[in-house]
Parts: sequence; C-alpha cells; structure tokens
Amino acid sequence: MPQTPIKSEYDDKFGSPEQQETIEKITKSEYKWGFTTDIDTDLAPKGLNEDIVRFISAKKEEPEWLLEWRLKAFRQWQKMVEPKWPNVKYPEIDFQDAYYYAAPKQQKQLESLEEVDPKLRETFDKLGISITEQKRLTGVAVDAVMDSVSVATTFQKELQKHGIIFGSFSEAVKNHPELVRKYLGSVVPYTDNFYAALNSAVFSDGSFCYIPKGVRCPMELSTYFRINAANTGQFERTLIVAEEGAYVSYLEGCTAPMRDENQLHAAVVEIFVHDNAEVKYSTVQNWYPGDENGKGGVYNFVTKRAITHENAKVSWTQVETGSAITWKYPSVILKGDNSIGEFYSVALTNNYQQADTGTKMMHLGKNTRSTIISKGISAGKSQNSYRGLVRVGKNAENARNFSQCDSLLIGDKCGAHTFPYLEIKNSSAQVEHEATTSKIGEDQIFYLLQRGISEEDAINMIVNGYCKEVFRELPMEFAVEAQKLLAVSLEGSVG
Amino acid sequence: MISIKNLHASVEGTEILKGINLEVKPGEVHAVMGPNGSGKSTLANILAGREEYEVTEGSVSFLGNDLLEMAPEDRAREGLFLAFQYPVEIPGVSNANFLKTALNAIREHRGEDAMDAMEFLKLVKDRLQLVEMDQKFLQRSVNVSFSGGEKKRNEIFQMAVLEPKLGILDETDSGLDIDALKIVANGVNKLRSPERSFIVVTHYQRLLDYIVPDFVHVLAKGKIIKSGGAELAHYLEENGYDELLNANGKAAA
Repeated sequence: MPQTPIKSEYDDKFGSPEQQETIEKITKSEYKWGFTTDIDTDLAPKGLNEDIVRFISAKKEEPEWLLEWRLKAFRQWQKMVEPKWPNVKYPEIDFQDAYYYAAPKQQKQLESLEEVDPKLRETFDKLGISITEQKRLTGVAVDAVMDSVSVATTFQKELQKHGIIFGSFSEAVKNHPELVRKYLGSVVPYTDNFYAALNSAVFSDGSFCYIPKGVRCPMELSTYFRINAANTGQFERTLIVAEEGAYVSYLEGCTAPMRDENQLHAAVVEIFVHDNAEVKYSTVQNWYPGDENGKGGVYNFVTKRAITHENAKVSWTQVETGSAITWKYPSVILKGDNSIGEFYSVALTNNYQQADTGTKMMHLGKNTRSTIISKGISAGKSQNSYRGLVRVGKNAENARNFSQCDSLLIGDKCGAHTFPYLEIKNSSAQVEHEATTSKIGEDQIFYLLQRGISEEDAINMIVNGYCKEVFRELPMEFAVEAQKLLAVSLEGSVG
Repeated sequence: MISIKNLHASVEGTEILKGINLEVKPGEVHAVMGPNGSGKSTLANILAGREEYEVTEGSVSFLGNDLLEMAPEDRAREGLFLAFQYPVEIPGVSNANFLKTALNAIREHRGEDAMDAMEFLKLVKDRLQLVEMDQKFLQRSVNVSFSGGEKKRNEIFQMAVLEPKLGILDETDSGLDIDALKIVANGVNKLRSPERSFIVVTHYQRLLDYIVPDFVHVLAKGKIIKSGGAELAHYLEENGYDELLNANGKAAA
C-alpha cells in the first residue's frame, strides 16, 4: 500500500535531475526470483482456529505434548494484539483470510535425494540452490524449505559422523523428540509477542540443528526458504543448539514469487548457546518486496533470539533487501559471564518498502560484551528505521556495548530513522553509541564519473563500500551474493 | 588538444566566466593564474563536466569532439583528467579497487581488454614510485583519513595510472608543504610528454617554479586579461595581481 512518504530532513541536495533520473532507472529493476512453480499443493482450509492447529499437528503426526504446546500458544495469541509501535504502515491483516498450511504434495517418505520431485528440484536449481550433492564442492549443507515443508537436506550422512543433527524440524520432532521438547520455546517462549505466539501455534516446518559438545561443524549449514503457494503464510521455526565448546556457522536465504497480494511470513529462530560455544548466523533475506508502486510483497514479522552462556558467542549478520514490510530484531540474551553478542546488519529499502529492524542486546552476565553495526540504505520512497535496545542488568558488572548506526539516503523521497534505547542498571557499564546519516553525495558520484566510471557502477561502489564492515562478517560465498543482490536491489532506485 | 572559444558560464544566474578563449596544443603546459574568485576553478570544473555550472555561450572542442555535449564519464574516458582541489572520500572502497574499475572502464571505451589483477598490480607499483607513495595506499579507502598532502599525491598517482591526454590540475598546490609540493610537481613533470598537455590552475606562482609552464594566462573577473610565457608568473609573484588588475581596469575604461 503506497503511503505518502515522510519527507526526510536531508532533502537539500541530492544531485541534478539527470542524476536523480539515473538513480531512478538503476533502482527500478525487477525482482528476479519472481517465478512460481506449478506443483501440486496440499492445503489446509483457509482461516485459523483450534481445528486448523490440530489439523497441522495431525498432518505432521506430532506427539501429544507438541499439540498441547501449539494449542496453548494459539489461545495465548487470541488474547494478544498486533504490535503497533513499529514505524511501518500497512492495511489491517485479516488473519482468517490466509492458508496456514501448504505443502508440496509428495506421496511417500523419501529415501534419497534423487526421489525429490523434479519440479521442486528445478525450482531450487533456478534459485541456485542445488539440493543435489553437487554442493559437496562448496561444502555447504542445505536444508531447503518450500512453503512450509522441508524438502531435502544434503550431507546428512556426513554430518551424522560428527554427531551433528541437521535437517527439518518435523524430522527432529520424530527422531529427537527429547531434544526438541527440551529447547523449543526456551529462548522465545510462545508468550513472547504476537507473531511468536502465532508461529508457535501454526509453524509447519523449519530447520533443526544440534552440534554436540566440543564439535566444530566442518561445513557451513544452510537453510533456504521459499514461499510458493498463493495466500499462504509461511511460519517456519528454526532451532539451533550448540553444546559446550561447539561451533557452527549457519546461513539462511529466502525468496518468494511475485504476487499482487501480500504474503505473510512470521518465523521464529531460537539459538541456544552453551558454555564456550559459538554460533554465527548469517541471513540474506530477499523476499519479494512488492512492485515499484508498492503492490504485493511479503510481510516479514520475525522473532530471532539467542541466549549465550559462559564465554559463549553469537553473531547475527543480516543483509535485508526484500519484503514489503520488515519487522525483525535479532537479539542476544547475554546470560553467562564473559559472553559476547554481535549484530551486523545491512538493511536496504527501495520503492515503497518499509523496514523497522535492529537488535536487542540484554546484558545479564558479568563482563558481557556486545557490538552493533547497522547500515541502513534507503532509496525510492522507502522508509528505513533502526530500532535497537541495549539493556544492562544490575548484576552485569563491566558490561560493554558499542553501537554504530549509519544511514545512507539515496534520492530525496525516502526516509531514515534511528530509535536507540538504552536501559542501564549497573554503573560500571560502558556503552557507546555512534550514529551518522549521509546521502550519496553529488561530489562522490562526480569524482567517480570523472575517473571514467559509469554512474551505475559509481553508486554500487559507494553503497558496497558503505556496507563493507558488515559484508566482511559474511562467509565469502555469501558476501559475493550479498553484493550482487544489493546491486540488483538498487537497480532503478538510485541515482 | 583543446580549444576553448568565447566561453561564458554562470552559477545560479551569476555570470562567472565572461568569454574565455584558450588554445592548448599537444605537449603544452598552460598555467591559469588569478586571484580568488576569478573563475579559475569554475573553468576547470566546467571542462570536467560538473553540472552545477551553466554554459551560456561559447564552445569547447576536445580532440575534435564537442566537449560540452559529452557526459563527464565520456570526457574522462576520452582522456580528460581533473586533479581535484578537494579530493572526495569514498569510505570502504579501496584505492586499488577504485582505480582498477576506472582503468578498465577507460580501456573498455578504447576497445581494449580489461587488465587482470597481476598486470594491474605491476602497473600501479610502478606508478606509485612516481609520487613516492607506499603500497599500503592501495588498500586504504579512497582518500579516507589521508592528509592533505596524501590526497593531492593520490590525485597525481591516479593520473599516472590512467594516463590521460589532458591533465587539469585544480589548485593542486593548495595546502601542500614544500616537500609535498616538490613530490607532486616531480610526478607531473615525469608525465609530461609531446602528446600530453596540462592546464595548471593555481593562485600562487610557487608551483610554477617546479612545473615550468609554456604559457601563463591571468584570469580576472571571468576573463583572461593577460597571456605570456613563464616569466609572467614571476612578474606576478613580485608585483601581485593588483597592478595588473588596475592597469586592465584603466585600459578597459
């Protein structure tokens, strides 16, 4: 839904009309992952009630305790109201007008990857996500999730050698119910917020990852999410557990077809990090953002949170270029002494996209440290907000935080906003916050032009340079993808 | 090389250049001198294609092409290089990446293959010596936390890599101490050749002790009021601009 853009206060000089035009041209490229796959889909009836929750649970042949947990979450959700505080505007969502379960139809349990529906495999091939063993070459294990169901996981056998469990959430419920039961909701309880409650009631699949004590996961683990069916909410649930001294680097990518109507995505990611363990979680989010007039696009309401125990470390790195609406605050509860939380984010909005994203760092343990590097880029008529909370509890002696929140404006019709919150209850805390707002200057562009570089390359170069601190936190392959994605997302938006 | 005829230009309705005529042949070095506000930098920026200036009259021919019709990047690719008075900072973009992109854009324009990383490294190492810069410069972000002198040396270094046909130096001497000035001038001198021309815009004669021009033009109030050889710069150094300006005022009256 297009809104009247809030005129930014930085609208003094954004380059000549010609430059503006080029910016516009560059930033108006089309979404390249917008195809749909014509595949037989198993749908639950439209709408949401206890029967639907039971339907989903039954479809997945879940144990009684899990159904009970879902129902509790559903009842909780009914009592809750949608949060209105984010700096985003969208028409009321009719939660009864969506499908809460959609699965690509597949007859039987798969024995090997070769049995995956060729059409599905084609879809993932088109996306560059090969769910065949060719991924061996790059050493990335992939769990591919289409609509709500995990389609295939590569490398399971190799991972099993190390005692690593990586695969779909549903499988984990069947094969490792004790682990799922122990950790599900331990970091994000179903009472946490409106969307977390909704997810807890209706989540249909997602990824589960367990790294045993002292194991360093020998490869990157990757989950690929895709929404395909129309009018479908995707509610995946990811649970990562790193036992004492374990290490894992986890990647998450997302795309969706172009549809006129808005698609709802409400995921929950929980990461439980035991003593001395480390988890790196990287996301390249590229859900369909809607067209250049603000029609369609994914509504992305995501709750991501990690809890760190003694000497443990979590880094969230995210590159957000998609979704019509993004509402997302990957957070860390720094419970154990000496534990570390990091958040590196690039959030790019173009056309009519709106993003309200940031992080929460909750320092509970002594000597806990957190770093926040946020790079917002606004182009077109978009609105981009950083919202971050740093909380230092009264027992968190010598907690330290460094936050840097930069905003870059491209053109004169977009907005950048920063909402930092600090709650400090221990006087030994050291908290630093730096914020800058800049625009791609006419001077910078002219300088590059004068060296023979085209305007489009000049803008990409400036934007990529601006994001460098975040990109270098990404695994190599992902960083390259992120750079390309940024260039494509800026096409036709910036001058 | 370049032929400027009766060039008039204004900014926001105020006329800055009031009929400039200048002819630069291959291999020549022309100094354009003048007091503050005379229009020296405006001239340099118009030639490079900066958009905030409006050309109201006149023509500029560069290697037989109508320069004023060309986009800034095309002027650069055809061999026009501006050493900026205030070089711009580009955070997060390494000098090496920036220069390689520029060089390959120019090569592509000429129909040449892109230069690979090894060749490029060899070239830039060689050119760094010209301005006595360390290799570390390559990995630093473009002009970010460079000293004033380093920024100016970086401009000359870029010129040495991109090998333009016409180099325009816009007050390259401003803010330089004597040692840096010598390094910069020395770099420029090494780039002088029978095919390459320079327009050196400066307020002070000091730079011209090291880069000895073939011609000196004095610009005042948007017009060239006097042209001569290198000796004209020395005359200005001794007598200042005032005498010349006053004499010109009387002549005009």
